[in-house]
Amino acid sequence: MSEKKINVTLKVWRQKNANDQGRFETYDMKGVSTDMSFLEMFDVLNERLINEGKEPVAFDHDCREGICGMCSMYINGRPHGPLRGVTTCQLHMRSFNDGETIVVEPWRAKAFPVIKDLVVDRSAFDRVIAAGGFISVNTGNAQDGNTIPIPKENADKAFAAATCIGCGACVAACKNASAMLFVSAKVSQLALLPQGRVEATDRVLNMVAKMDEENFGNCTNTGACEAECPKGISLENIARMNREFLVANLKK
Amino acid sequence: MSKLDAKIPEGPLAEKWTKYRSTVPLVNPANKRSLEIIIVGSGLAGASAAASLAELGYKVKVFCFQDSPRRAHSIAAQGGINAAKNYQNDGDSVYRLFYDTIKGGDYRAREANVYRLASVSANIIDQCVAQGVPFAREYGGYLSNRSFGGTQVQRTFYAAGQTGQQLLLGAYSALQRQVGLGTVKMYARHEMLEIVKIEGKARGIIARNLVTGKLERHFGHAVLLASGGYGNVFFLSTNAMGSNVTAAWKAHKQGAFFGNPCFTQIHPTCIPVSGDHQSKLTLMSESLRNDGRIWVPKKIEDAKAIREGKLKPNDIKEEDRDYYLERRYPAFGNLVPRDVASRAAKERCDAGYGVNATGEAVFLDFAYNMKEKYGRAEATKRGITNPTEAQLKELGKAVVAEKYGNLFDMYKQITGVDPYEEPMQIYPAVHYTMGGLWVDYNLMTTVPGLYALGEANFSDHGANRLGASALMQGLADGYFVIPYTIGAYLANEIRTKAIPTDHPAFVEAEKNVQESIDKLLSIKGTKSVDSFHKRLGKIMWDKCGMARNAEGLKQAIQEIKALREEFWKDVRVPGTANELNPELEKAGRVADFLELGELMCVDALHRNESCGGHFREEYQTEDGEALRDDENYAYVAAWEMKEVGNWELHKEELKYENIKIAQRSYK
Repeated sequence: MSEKKINVTLKVWRQKNANDQGRFETYDMKGVSTDMSFLEMFDVLNERLINEGKEPVAFDHDCREGICGMCSMYINGRPHGPLRGVTTCQLHMRSFNDGETIVVEPWRAKAFPVIKDLVVDRSAFDRVIAAGGFISVNTGNAQDGNTIPIPKENADKAFAAATCIGCGACVAACKNASAMLFVSAKVSQLALLPQGRVEATDRVLNMVAKMDEENFGNCTNTGACEAECPKGISLENIARMNREFLVANLKK
Repeated sequence: MSKLDAKIPEGPLAEKWTKYRSTVPLVNPANKRSLEIIIVGSGLAGASAAASLAELGYKVKVFCFQDSPRRAHSIAAQGGINAAKNYQNDGDSVYRLFYDTIKGGDYRAREANVYRLASVSANIIDQCVAQGVPFAREYGGYLSNRSFGGTQVQRTFYAAGQTGQQLLLGAYSALQRQVGLGTVKMYARHEMLEIVKIEGKARGIIARNLVTGKLERHFGHAVLLASGGYGNVFFLSTNAMGSNVTAAWKAHKQGAFFGNPCFTQIHPTCIPVSGDHQSKLTLMSESLRNDGRIWVPKKIEDAKAIREGKLKPNDIKEEDRDYYLERRYPAFGNLVPRDVASRAAKERCDAGYGVNATGEAVFLDFAYNMKEKYGRAEATKRGITNPTEAQLKELGKAVVAEKYGNLFDMYKQITGVDPYEEPMQIYPAVHYTMGGLWVDYNLMTTVPGLYALGEANFSDHGANRLGASALMQGLADGYFVIPYTIGAYLANEIRTKAIPTDHPAFVEAEKNVQESIDKLLSIKGTKSVDSFHKRLGKIMWDKCGMARNAEGLKQAIQEIKALREEFWKDVRVPGTANELNPELEKAGRVADFLELGELMCVDALHRNESCGGHFREEYQTEDGEALRDDENYAYVAAWEMKEVGNWELHKEELKYENIKIAQRSYK
């Protein structure tokens, strides 16, 4: 850990509310510690803006451990910034150079309208899950957890798909603003487990229908979603969902 | 002094819950449809309660301040969830889980609650598996377990280092299913700012829509707070940035007693503080203590050389390392409970053996187990008879990566150091609060109709929580306790019609909330909310943290009073009330922390003993262990607020009928 101090220039998207047109504002940040996280730099900026009597930058964040999925900055043209497998909150200033200009925007997608500055509305994801991203088991119904052995390979794949944090980087990265990676991760997790097979047909049809209704775009297999996903959710999930979808349509 | 009635059912311990469940009043399905329940918080306790109650037929409204219920801070829990399944055939049982939890809590938890918790623990695992929670499995397809602190069995179920995420997403799915069915109405980006009481009963809340700033009135026949803990009173903690005490504190100010506020958990394995800019601390899961060995150099000059960068940790020879937990606690070694491990780290660092620039860090080292435990096993499995050191390391690394990969990546991302190559540096940090709203056996607070679940209540962990028990408690409360116990109250409410929200009590409550928002915005002082929060955090950490003494606590109380006064004169909250305004949200939360902090110190000062996470320097054994006073302090301290800065103490005596109370020993 060798701490250095660097200077950077921030160009940050400022937008008063959903109806405001929005614009970039430029802020010079001097003597930024390379041990600082990207969001801590925003804390410092906001503290300064408050002291100057100006409005601080609104941005979403909560756990700052890369797991809650709330942080959502589009940094230098990439969701969550320059590193692979890292959320905005886990990005540290040592990933930037002295003198660099950093452009920060909100997620941009029709399905994710801007609320203010860098904050967007991602509730469409919740509605997609409500349409079928579950197993219909009421509390108290369950049998012993070891009754159905699940091959480790399937359990591991289901887990890998389930690590999606629902941040929306896949949508922000996609030129079509498609939510296929997000939706397919949930479809895959449950399709890979025996307890999820019972409702597999309805699940995939309902979730895909909802996804379309929410104005997410189509998938054209460019793979930007996988490349930018901070949790490394694989494109295989999209392939699996396509198979599930095809079979479900044949069954119906 | 009034007597608190915990409403513990009569009868032998093992039969209390079974008997209670069979005799608790029921509400018939038709009546459930006209009964409304408000739930504040969408973490493990809130989401599981919401889903389960909606499945039963109640009309449920859920509120959370985040943009989605899936963001609740339960998501960040790493290591695992305990359950008395005894799948490992290693002698586990409901009684043993119960016993470990009471002992781990240093004999300051209620027997009946803890026994119930242990009894339903196995059902939680079954429920989660049925929901599709992808727990770790062995090659045979069966569920895997690992060890956690304070126990000698393997009863912890896990999903890599992100068990909380998987359990929460399970509960969130169940919740969203009900949202889709229309039985739960979800209010994300809403913050509860007041409890509405009518004729002494909780009948609703005032919530602020955080996007529009509009205040809303919501009626409920009952109100459930599942709003988490208050560790952020210390500013730096492992809690999420938004975690706060506001919901619980508003309830406290409306008459709900606050139980054992000074019982806070300082977690031994967190990434050390690196600088003044730091906004939060990051946990490295307790599960790492399964395979990581904690040490500092034996020689003080080696520690100094490491601090100055002249020596690297790997330069220190095996015989020059002090594995101080293994030395002091041979029976439990690196798996002693959290409070014990934290104090031991502090003791070494205070003595000058700390290993980072600030002198506040110890090593958590995986090299030995990576090579000797996993590397060798893998080599044998693959038929490599004479593995080289490099092979052992490579093979072991793959196993460690599978178990803890996400944690190792996180560590590297934050510190810039690769923990596969060099030991981690760790130091204790505020993690969890055992204290919380006082509740009876039904999880009801002292305000009728107002309940507290999960970390928001005080109930099950005594003075120290064991690892992997928070997830267990949150889900137990939500899935398996509240669906039964709420019947005891709501069975008598079936004739209560929904109260219109133009009732004077709602109007008055909203007016009060509006006034306090206006007040915050009108001060227009010179200092930011964060600057006050940081100062409060420093007072709390220095004087009400890992070690406390009467002198320091008295000073802290005065300092907090003065800071509070300054806050209300000089805080600067930019923006307006009618928009998304994160600074205004923070200001309200810090205002509440400034009152809570004082109560924590008052509680810590009154408890003239050391127990669990509450370590009073005046009360310790010769070898530095916590010295309890069971004669005088075997009770729950439940504080009633008279006015800000003035509380009355009520005591709930703790009776141990099944466990022999003893000095806790992990030696």
